[in-house]
Amino acid sequence: MTKGKALLEVQGLRVAVAGNEILKGVDLAIRDGEVHAIMGPNGSGKSTLAQVLAGHPAYTVLAGTAKYEGKDLLDMKPEERARAGVFLAFQYPVEIRGITNSYFLRSALNALRRERGEAELDPIDFLQFLERKLKAIGWDDSMMNRPVNEGFSGGEKKRNEILQLAVLEPRLAILDETDSGLDIDALKTVAETVNKLRAPSRAFLIVTHYQRLLNYITPDVVHVLADGRIVKSGGPELAHELEAKGYDWLRDAAMVS
Amino acid sequence: MAHVEQLVGSYRAWASNGASRAPDWLKDLREGGIARFHDLGFPNMKQEAWRFTSVAPIAEGSFELAKPPARVPTLEDIRPFLLLEAGYRLVFIDGFFQRSLSTPFFDDVQSLAHVVTHRQDLVREHLGKYAATQDRPFSALNAAFVDEGAFVHLPAKATIEFPIQLLFLASGQQQVVIHPRNLVVVDREARASIVETYATLDGGVYWTNAVTEIVVGDGARVDYTRVQREGDRAYHVATTQSHQGRDSTLNLHFVAFGGKLARHDIGAVMAGPGGTLILNGLYLLAGQQHADHHTTIDHAADHCASHEYFNGVLDDKARGVFTGRIIVRPGAQKTDSKQTNNNLLLSADAHADSQPQLEIYADDVKCTHGSTVGPLDPRALFYLCSRGIGEREARRLLTYGFAAEILGRMDVAPLRLQLDAIVRGRLAEQ
Repeated sequence: MTKGKALLEVQGLRVAVAGNEILKGVDLAIRDGEVHAIMGPNGSGKSTLAQVLAGHPAYTVLAGTAKYEGKDLLDMKPEERARAGVFLAFQYPVEIRGITNSYFLRSALNALRRERGEAELDPIDFLQFLERKLKAIGWDDSMMNRPVNEGFSGGEKKRNEILQLAVLEPRLAILDETDSGLDIDALKTVAETVNKLRAPSRAFLIVTHYQRLLNYITPDVVHVLADGRIVKSGGPELAHELEAKGYDWLRDAAMVS
Repeated sequence: MAHVEQLVGSYRAWASNGASRAPDWLKDLREGGIARFHDLGFPNMKQEAWRFTSVAPIAEGSFELAKPPARVPTLEDIRPFLLLEAGYRLVFIDGFFQRSLSTPFFDDVQSLAHVVTHRQDLVREHLGKYAATQDRPFSALNAAFVDEGAFVHLPAKATIEFPIQLLFLASGQQQVVIHPRNLVVVDREARASIVETYATLDGGVYWTNAVTEIVVGDGARVDYTRVQREGDRAYHVATTQSHQGRDSTLNLHFVAFGGKLARHDIGAVMAGPGGTLILNGLYLLAGQQHADHHTTIDHAADHCASHEYFNGVLDDKARGVFTGRIIVRPGAQKTDSKQTNNNLLLSADAHADSQPQLEIYADDVKCTHGSTVGPLDPRALFYLCSRGIGEREARRLLTYGFAAEILGRMDVAPLRLQLDAIVRGRLAEQ
């Protein structure tokens, strides 16, 4: 692991939704350039962690802190987090009626550019910029004039999340089960895109149920989340161990801790 | 009832004076109309078709027949209401045809009053043959006062690509009623694009009671857009009735955001097999506006497709009413009918009523319908915010998307872009 100050530092994070405590004290530190994977059984709180970091209003933080670039992430509105460089690839991307994909992408990119004091891109400049990004993920522009995610297949929706990731160039990218529901070709495309985007100034937090995606994206650290706590952390080999042994032995570990 | 008598009285005065030179068949149409209106009186909320809309402000108000405008506006005055600079257009002020502001085309794009004498056979064949009056008091009242309005005719296989504009402006006369009557006849395999607009130059309290009949011949194609942007104290009552022949295509687009009280009865009869109909509407209401769209699609022939989409955006204390009646007649097999009505409530005091009415008398058909009423989707809001878009902007974007979904179906690009700009302006005000 590289040394240096953490880009994201989560300590003792406890989170509830609808009165149920889901995260029961999560500690996590991610440094610039690192790729962390969070694995765990269904209901362990993986998606809650991803969503609460992005600022989803349905979750209540009971205790703990999350510092991003040294600032209090939990005190920021979702749009402020995004403008500061946090990106969540949704597990279930939302359909937006009447707004085309390209209009949406340009609105989002320009919101970030305004924040950075950069000039907004007009439709023509944006289209050129978009062409390059599309090429990088092996897409043509056929999905760009359709309403956001409307009528998209499951795989197309996930790929659209990765396109947004490529366009918005975040500093911390959180992928919430981006691999679920993808066929092997789509999975490879997503992994290739993520690998291309790996950079010393960008970190990834990859939430996944399966080890499959990690065959193509080699993480620096693998965490196992069970019953709202990180019960084990290790190198990439931990993912293979989980694949072989399943999650049951960890539940017992969680009980012990 | 006093007001019914007032209207009948003003009809008698008008019929014996200015309108007395009309041909007999037209006089019969008018007499039939006023007799029917006198019988029916104004509708009330006990009637099924008027459950959600009270016309008391009209029925209890006092409205004189509009007089010719004291001053004819200039082209500059009306420019803000022209959606397109070029093309044929007919302009009416307070219901009176304005030759100086219009660009007619012989007797094919012309004032109805003119063609009643110049193309008597054609007008007589169609006028009043489609818009029912039996149980429609407003349509009956309009028939009584049939005089001025727009006439558009396309002979077989003719094409006018650029949209024809029909513009109806109220000049600001107070407490008047205007009865525009329009007839559009597109013959076999002809193509036309038409836009009909209602607006006001000077606001005030007035009442528009319009009827438009649209006849689409076999294999013809018509794109018809109607924009209702009356003044915010105006009453707008209208009937749009279409009749389609075999293998014809009719795209009807409606954008309504004017008037204090608006009621629009839209009827579409698919009389020949293989017809295609799109009914695509948007209502944007705020303040205390009330708009009622009452639509009836009548599948009278087999192998026809009708797709109906109405979206409403309601703010403040506005109320939107939508009724989507679909009749599939016996023998109208292979009907493909789809209806959706989505209402977006931007305020806790806004209200929407949505009622589908399906009457299906054939067994081999596909009919679907769905409606929604609710606030902005919080999941969609979070999705946009999570991409860096501020909450205010995200709300604006999602609201616009609701409208854009309807505008996106308009094939005539210059018109779509104009309406898009108008809708954006309107949403920015809210």
